[in-house]
Amino acid sequence: MAVLVPVLGRLAKALLTLLAIAVLNFFLIHAAPGDPAVVLAGEAGAADEQMIAQLRERFGLDQPFHVQLGSYVWNIVQLDFGYSFRQGAPVLDLILDRLPATLILTLTAFVISLTLGIILGVAASARVGKASDSLLTTLALLFYATPLYWAALMAVLVFSVELGWLPGFGYETVGANYTGLARVWDVIKHLILPASTLGLFFMAVYMRMTRASMLEVSQMDFVKTARAKGLSGPVIRRRHILRNAILPVVTLAGLQAGQLVGGAVLTETVFAWPGIGRLMFESLAARDYNTILGVFLVSAAMVIVFNILTDLVYRLVDPRIGARA
Amino acid sequence: MIRRFASNKGAVIGVLILLLVIGLALTADLLFPRGPWAMVQRPFLVPFTMDGFPLGTDTLGRDVAAGLVHGARVSLLVGLVSTVVALAIGVPLGAIAGFYGGWADEGAMRFTEFFQTIPNFALAIVLVAILEPTLTSITLAIAIVSWPPVARLVRAEVMAVKSREYVDAARLAGLSKARILTTEVLPNTVSPIIVMASLMVATAILLESSLSFLGLGDPNAMSWGYMIGAARTVIRSAWWLSFFPGVAILVTVLALNLIGEGLNDALNPHLSRKGTA
Repeated sequence: MAVLVPVLGRLAKALLTLLAIAVLNFFLIHAAPGDPAVVLAGEAGAADEQMIAQLRERFGLDQPFHVQLGSYVWNIVQLDFGYSFRQGAPVLDLILDRLPATLILTLTAFVISLTLGIILGVAASARVGKASDSLLTTLALLFYATPLYWAALMAVLVFSVELGWLPGFGYETVGANYTGLARVWDVIKHLILPASTLGLFFMAVYMRMTRASMLEVSQMDFVKTARAKGLSGPVIRRRHILRNAILPVVTLAGLQAGQLVGGAVLTETVFAWPGIGRLMFESLAARDYNTILGVFLVSAAMVIVFNILTDLVYRLVDPRIGARA
Repeated sequence: MIRRFASNKGAVIGVLILLLVIGLALTADLLFPRGPWAMVQRPFLVPFTMDGFPLGTDTLGRDVAAGLVHGARVSLLVGLVSTVVALAIGVPLGAIAGFYGGWADEGAMRFTEFFQTIPNFALAIVLVAILEPTLTSITLAIAIVSWPPVARLVRAEVMAVKSREYVDAARLAGLSKARILTTEVLPNTVSPIIVMASLMVATAILLESSLSFLGLGDPNAMSWGYMIGAARTVIRSAWWLSFFPGVAILVTVLALNLIGEGLNDALNPHLSRKGTA
């Protein structure tokens, strides 16, 4: 149970962070040019005087500043993110409706990129200086410089328009009404392109990190000892080097979670994937600030959950961490 | 040091590419005096089919090559200025936290950690959307999401340097704390900051292009991301409209990353390539 205590500490810190983001959101609404009530109403509701008056009263916009701040944050604490006049529904409902799709997409991309990144990084470090290492390193360098959304568009062009292998947009085939396993397979087919293009950049990051970390650990004394004991190369790499080299990669993966969640906005936009990123994109054109800020807060919460998860993985991989922290 | 940099083949290629992009950006008005918005030919002109329009035209008959060359300006400008602004926030904060320690360190690091937890692209979107998209707001938003790693790096470097003997010597000589920080400590942290800055310009260019792809670009400035975003819906019939700007971004960002790695190897030869990931 000793594992749980630091997690509780992190949860408390996470809640404080979310509160701070709520405060930040409040200041952003006031930083926007124009009347905050009009900002909250979004473009769609701007014409309706009565609604603006209602909003002003509901958010206490005629009250002193600190009272406004208090009531705004209190609403967020109660999970009331306001109402999207554009979509005609509470923001929370819109987000909850779209959240599963984003979770599937980001988790799949995270797992794919971390697994492939570590495998390729280990492979490159085992062949350091050879042609296959240079090839892998160059590919990583290329993926690292490729804009996410462009990789996604090019993947649609090649695999869905030219070759016709995979569907290029959406979450499932519209109107097919698959059930059971057929539906799962249909979703998986739709998931392959978005998840792999979202994961491409991160795979490159993890691969470079794994390779560098493997090479660094392989210089250490205990590796020389293992070699002197007469252990074979692959055994040393797997049991001795990889176990130590993987820690900084996991740390980095946790830090990168935020970028992954942010990148989902781009991927979901290209593939018309019905997640919260796509919701954010749709709200941008409509200047639907309530929804934009709601998605922002929820994606920050997602990042925190990702961080706590990687922290747990970290403790499982290396039991020494718990004692030190 | 320069010789070490020049012996790195990748870094030299990076510099050559970057010089080419800078050259094109500077001469954009001479090469394409009509500007990137002028409709010069029929729409959807396929590349390599008509002299004078090697990269074809877009949905409104605008020259894709002109767009690319003018777009280079926005990418380089935003990349460079936002990095400078991010350094202006991150360096003092990290330096004060690392040098003075105590509650200043505690406060500065909590603040930095908070900004690192926020998904940075999502924050950039929110900032630009709320402040209205202009070159200034885009640059500012990118700077606001990019400074935390700078602060952490500078803090760590300052903490490593401040216990060196020459700093003790300066203290004995009676120099004030602020003077020691600015004249003795900070100059010795410059090389890792330079390496990080070159990589930050690359990231900033990617961020800017991603924002304009989503329609959050400055409506008065042609940019690579905008070109791809505008062509997204016609990708099935006009591949070249998204293809060429993407290649431009990729090549520029790649060049900057190569330069960053070359600088890292040249300035910190004793370090492994840990920091490049």
